[in-house]
Amino acid sequence: MTAEVEVLNPGIFSSVQDLGRFGFMAYGVSESGVMDSYAAQLANLLLKNPKDAAVLEVTLLGPKLQFSDFATIAITGGDLSPQINGKQVENNHILQLEAGDILSFGKRNIGCRAYLAIAGGFLTEKVFNSRSWYDGITSYCKLEKGMKLPYINSEQKEGSGHSSVKPGEYLTTSSIEAFPGPEFFLLEEQQKRQLQIQPFHIGKNNNRMGIQLADPLNNSLKPILTGPVLPGTVQLTPSGTLIVLMKDGQTTGGYPRILQLTEAGINSMAQKVMGDKIQFFLYDKEM
Amino acid sequence: MEDLVDIVPMGEKAILLNFQPRINEELLEKILSLKSFLLDKLLKEEVEIINTYSSLLIKYPSPIKDIYGQISSLKKLVKVANIPLKTGKKIFHVPVCYDEQFALDMELLSNYNGLSREEIISLHTAPLYTVYFTGFLPGFLYLGGLNKTLQISRKEQPRLKVKKGAVGIGENQTGIYPKASPGGWQIIGNSPVQFFNKNAVPPCPISAGDKIKFHPISNKEYEEIFRSVEENTFTIKWEDYDS
Repeated sequence: MTAEVEVLNPGIFSSVQDLGRFGFMAYGVSESGVMDSYAAQLANLLLKNPKDAAVLEVTLLGPKLQFSDFATIAITGGDLSPQINGKQVENNHILQLEAGDILSFGKRNIGCRAYLAIAGGFLTEKVFNSRSWYDGITSYCKLEKGMKLPYINSEQKEGSGHSSVKPGEYLTTSSIEAFPGPEFFLLEEQQKRQLQIQPFHIGKNNNRMGIQLADPLNNSLKPILTGPVLPGTVQLTPSGTLIVLMKDGQTTGGYPRILQLTEAGINSMAQKVMGDKIQFFLYDKEM
Repeated sequence: MEDLVDIVPMGEKAILLNFQPRINEELLEKILSLKSFLLDKLLKEEVEIINTYSSLLIKYPSPIKDIYGQISSLKKLVKVANIPLKTGKKIFHVPVCYDEQFALDMELLSNYNGLSREEIISLHTAPLYTVYFTGFLPGFLYLGGLNKTLQISRKEQPRLKVKKGAVGIGENQTGIYPKASPGGWQIIGNSPVQFFNKNAVPPCPISAGDKIKFHPISNKEYEEIFRSVEENTFTIKWEDYDS
């Protein structure tokens, strides 16, 4: 039986995401999908969902949602003070909701983005084989007040209420793992060193398309002939700005690609907010 | 393949083949042929392969177990001497209205290069443009073949909103904005054709290797085609292209 989650308050930026669109990059369609795939997959794992079940990704200040029926949920990723009917609940636990229960979020404690998974997944539309919301592709690109998200109401299971996991330190680490990018070798030795030693700070432009770093890396690199870019590609502009492309980033670009983050690097970046300090940890060929 | 410079990992889920960086039709043909060949050999792994001017990117749905082993295998595969040239290219006829309501920067361009509006339109519609790849936005085609006389630098300050279908020129490139978007190109016309339709299979009718010819149309013809596109009754004219 299909139930609905009603959006009483959409929060700063919430959207339905799964693991993204695969096979449409040739048409210029971004990969999209959850910014922190570790957290999202953990939430689905807790609920024994398929790993590509759609979740709700919430940012900084989360939404206020009312569930029309029974629901089994889990919240992972950043600690954004989730509450059920005003009472504080824990991340990384299976939570049972009754009909009419209200889930809301409060103060941001750690991280940037949290993931709300529901047993059976959110059953919103699929476009190009994915439920990930993206402007121009899906009908909606972000939660708005009054929206209703369909789900399958799930009966409470005996003894499943206490499953929980403790995730690793990736939420708070400042170390961002990366491989050298295709144009890394064009940097001077001094710049390569600086890139690995210097701490960088997250700038104010931080969204699903990309995250700009506040500290420049001076360089005299020429633009490249437009080439493919991916989530996790770190571009360097002539003015020295480092841009970490994320899940809604374009598929091609003309700025030198000096780093390519690992999956873990992308997951950690997804949890950074303005002012956070990061340091790149470069993997070399032997690893 | 003498144009192949190297094959390198691009993160955990992709491998990049770099060719000599240049915008060249022969190179494009070789790259597209190699792409078909690799898709055929790697199909079981369900990869996606895209090209740009001088690269091929092989993208996997999840982290590659032994990426350097994969790269070794790829290097061996690519060494195969004879990759048949890909066939099946098409020429698409794209209607463009260069009327002043759409040609926002026509006067600027005319002042810059000293050509009349008619001469500009003539030079813009003469070539058979090559579609190199799609990127930047869904359905945004990177075209080669712009007449050098029409080159002009991008706007210092990009427009916050360029109309859907706007046909523009930026440096040595020309193209069409498939949807309303911020943009820095000099706009000289508008095409009512839909270059990206999420409900169509495939969503873009035009792909890498195809050719495009622009045809000037009147305001009236523009409106007719526009309506037809909205009613889903429009089909873009095309024919097979034998090089």
